[in-house]
Amino acid sequence: MKPPPFTYHAPLDLGSALDALAGAGARGKVLAGGQSLIPLMNMRLASPSHVIDINRVPGLDTIEDERGGVRVGALARHSRVERSGPAPLRRALKLVAHPVIRNRGTVVGSLVHADPAAELPAVLAVLGGSVRLASLGGVRDVAAADFFVGPLESDLRAGELAVSAFFPGLPPRSGFAIHELARRHGDYALAGVCAVVTLGDDGRIAAARAACIGVAATPQLVELEGGTPAELARAVQERTDPEGDIHASAAYRRHLVGVLAERAFTDAAREAAQ
Amino acid sequence: MTTRLFGEKVQRLEDPRLLTGQGRYLDDLGHDAVAVAFVRSPHAHARIRDIDVSAALDAEGLISIYTWEDLPGRLAQPLPLLIPHPALTHGRTAYPLAKETVRHVGEPVVMVVAEDRYLAEDVCDLIRVDYELLKPVVGIEEAAQGAQLVHDDVPGNLGAHFVQEVPAADGRGAREAIEQAAHTLAFRLDIERSASMPLEGRGVYARWDGTDLRVYSSTQTSTSVRMAIAAKLDLPLPNVEVIAPDVGGGFGVKIVHPWPEEILVPWAAMTLGREVKWTEDRREHFVSSAHERGQVHFVRVGFDDDGRVEGLEVTILHDHGAYTPYGIIVPIITSTQLLGPYKLGSYRVEFSSIYTNTVQVTPYRGAGRPQGVFCMERTMDKIAQYLGADRTAVRERNFIQPADFPYDQGMVFQDGRPLIYDSGDYPEMLRMLKELIGWDSFERRPGVGIGIGCYVEGTGVGPYEGGHVQITSDGRVHVSTGLTSQGQGHETVFAQIAATELGVPIERVSVVTGDTRRFGYAVGTFASRAAVMSGNAIALACRKVREKALRIAADALEASADDLEITEGVVHVKGAPGAAVPLATVAVLANPLRYAFDEEAKRATQFAGTASPDLPPVAEGEEPGLEGRDYYSPVRSTFASGMHAAIVAVDPDTAEVEILRYAVVHDCGRLINPMIVEGQIHGGVAQGVGGALYERMVYDAHGQLLNASFMDFLMPYATEVPRVETAHLETPSPLNPLGIKGAGEAGVIPVSAVIAGAIEDAEGIAIDRMPISPSELFHLRG
Repeated sequence: MKPPPFTYHAPLDLGSALDALAGAGARGKVLAGGQSLIPLMNMRLASPSHVIDINRVPGLDTIEDERGGVRVGALARHSRVERSGPAPLRRALKLVAHPVIRNRGTVVGSLVHADPAAELPAVLAVLGGSVRLASLGGVRDVAAADFFVGPLESDLRAGELAVSAFFPGLPPRSGFAIHELARRHGDYALAGVCAVVTLGDDGRIAAARAACIGVAATPQLVELEGGTPAELARAVQERTDPEGDIHASAAYRRHLVGVLAERAFTDAAREAAQ
Repeated sequence: MTTRLFGEKVQRLEDPRLLTGQGRYLDDLGHDAVAVAFVRSPHAHARIRDIDVSAALDAEGLISIYTWEDLPGRLAQPLPLLIPHPALTHGRTAYPLAKETVRHVGEPVVMVVAEDRYLAEDVCDLIRVDYELLKPVVGIEEAAQGAQLVHDDVPGNLGAHFVQEVPAADGRGAREAIEQAAHTLAFRLDIERSASMPLEGRGVYARWDGTDLRVYSSTQTSTSVRMAIAAKLDLPLPNVEVIAPDVGGGFGVKIVHPWPEEILVPWAAMTLGREVKWTEDRREHFVSSAHERGQVHFVRVGFDDDGRVEGLEVTILHDHGAYTPYGIIVPIITSTQLLGPYKLGSYRVEFSSIYTNTVQVTPYRGAGRPQGVFCMERTMDKIAQYLGADRTAVRERNFIQPADFPYDQGMVFQDGRPLIYDSGDYPEMLRMLKELIGWDSFERRPGVGIGIGCYVEGTGVGPYEGGHVQITSDGRVHVSTGLTSQGQGHETVFAQIAATELGVPIERVSVVTGDTRRFGYAVGTFASRAAVMSGNAIALACRKVREKALRIAADALEASADDLEITEGVVHVKGAPGAAVPLATVAVLANPLRYAFDEEAKRATQFAGTASPDLPPVAEGEEPGLEGRDYYSPVRSTFASGMHAAIVAVDPDTAEVEILRYAVVHDCGRLINPMIVEGQIHGGVAQGVGGALYERMVYDAHGQLLNASFMDFLMPYATEVPRVETAHLETPSPLNPLGIKGAGEAGVIPVSAVIAGAIEDAEGIAIDRMPISPSELFHLRG
């Protein structure tokens, strides 16, 4: 469990980082928190020829309010966002791994890793956020719906660095909740549901969105009109078709989506009413 | 004796060192050593057609590449079958490096030595092994059919077949007794594979100076590794020394010896004239060490209207993987320890030990007992359910009673000796457990259940262990024993024993284990035997030293030895504190060579008698120095016991299981250190929770282990382990001077039975297969 040889780059500014990435092309990988990349390299499941360590690049560790939401920089660690980030991220991060991993791991790194069983891609998806990608050619913002392409696959192109992610705030009369079931505390979930609901003037749920964790190749987004949490949960469940693996059968996962979606919609509606 | 430390909750002396990063584990040693990595088989069953190393020869940092063909002499022979048994008619062991055939994923094929581990792994990637794929044999029942063979010369994949029967008092066999019983039940019970999975994997580091070989190994038995190395490498035993440094857990997997690496790495060190080290990584540990627990059990029981068992028949399929280096100890223990605290009318047990193309099976903490207890306790629960009786009442009616000890179960135990229980009080233990968990006041509510499990554990198996105790002229007490430590707290409990026996402050006692330079004869640390075996040996050695110290002090003080006692390291006349001589001085007096290196030696002259010029300075039958060595060799094992109960809540929607309470009553005879015993129980329960709810080795039909990492092999975190409530019962063992029984494995043994019973109670669904996941429980609900 030692990585094969690679060239290590430690740029001191963004320009040098983008230069190094451009030079490395498809054989380059960015090292931020390293909580996924390093194990993959140690197990020789990933073998980039160039590792570009961005930890010395200034200005990337920001958590800043921006119109309508919060922008989280590429070097903002989970643990800092857990303390001072927006509420949905704070709640989701409590379910992410363990304190020592959260001390190193980064929010943007988790998004770029694009694990469909991870919490943060689902949070970005349900909130309708975006990821900002920089390269020598310029900067582009990619909406969550377009960013997650497949399991461990994002829209990030060779030579691009994800410099930040934008998490929109909730509209008025809205609430957020996340429910998941993991075998052990901090594990990737067998299934999970992030929900946002908005209440109508009558106090009932007028609109609802759910992003499902661990049931599809990407965080599966379901957008619904109003209904009771139970009705909405059934609608979500009907649209998911998870696969089984060694930890849980497909049928059980599908069952869980229904249970967790109802819990999430119920909690989100309660929050929206407050 | 005022220095009463035996039985006290003495803080662990090793903890400051281990908890502040001062421990010296295998990989902390040998910074200048070159590194070993192995090319291991990616296939479960294949013939090696060709090994092509040509692409690797120019690799940076390469020192050497070895295959089976390079191995000389006895190193090229199969590894030893450590514990033969007449029933093991087809025992098979692996070669250190695969000879022609690989029989499980992970079997070592090529050994690479390079300047460091990174480079060694790079070289491994460049070596091409051409395999002819053979059909893998996976799954115990499929293997038992014998359509495909793991070993060509083992028909039916049957390594061993063994039957033991204890007929009824009236001579009827168990089958007859079952047929004639008022009630009978038959069912199948499964336990899946798990593994010891110590925090530190295995590792070997060897140095050769042209004459002497020194080997460090993360092992549970340094003395036996030493003998194996001397034999396999054809070295004189005195020229080989083996040291177990700090070892980060063993749990059974490190008692197997020699592991291929334990002879290959020293051989490479000798061949290359370099220090060589191999440190196992986690992926290697999953596929190249050992697993345990996988068994299928078919149970038939006959009982009367009160639930008394008149006959029990258990047929076991034991999956021992690709090889049998450790014999058939695991199914033997299952079949004998299954009986637990019960007096059955008759019993017949039969097991078939079956080869599969999976990692070999050797004992893991509990060593077959969790499976046996699962059978017996599930049987008791099923009888109670059938009769509509309380589960504890049915157990109680079958208990061996206190007046029955010593109780002969009529079988042969793992040590080849009669299965005779030495002591215990099972009715009292059950009473304590019911009180602790609140069995009688448990309030029934939906989704919550209560379960119970009882066991008896043979501990402290022989044949022997030794202790050496030396008091030096600075008053320090040096204790050594040959068996090894993997975190149990031996430095503390052995020091407690020595301090108590000798009347010295514990701070003055130091303990060394597992170093063949200090103690050459030992068996090892396994089978809950260290405290019983080495504890008693050290006590006996201390008694020899004490006797000698009192004799010398009696001369010096012109008193009778019978009037002397030792307090705080000073020998004095009882009731006359002025007439005293420190043990440090006695140690000086014990050696007629008395250069005045220090004040102690000078002071000692005032006590020294005038030696007769006509007698030798060391009298006949005496030895210089104040030291003693003794061995403890028991006639048979001691039998500890325990009963656990748990209350669990099962989520009605998600089928998640939460352990609300977990209670343990435990009897390991006299307690040396209650805190350490409780620590052992807590750790055991944690592993038991892993076995009950989380851990399994998932092989696919090709023999690939699908979850060979800590991401997918789920061991419980602290967040998944309940607080363990403990109470102790002490029925001293009559078999040894200290009255103790073993405690190391206790916690893990009944947990699957307890949790299964509790889930069954909560859900009203039969739980016959462990571990159980929420997904499986969901499907059982239907």
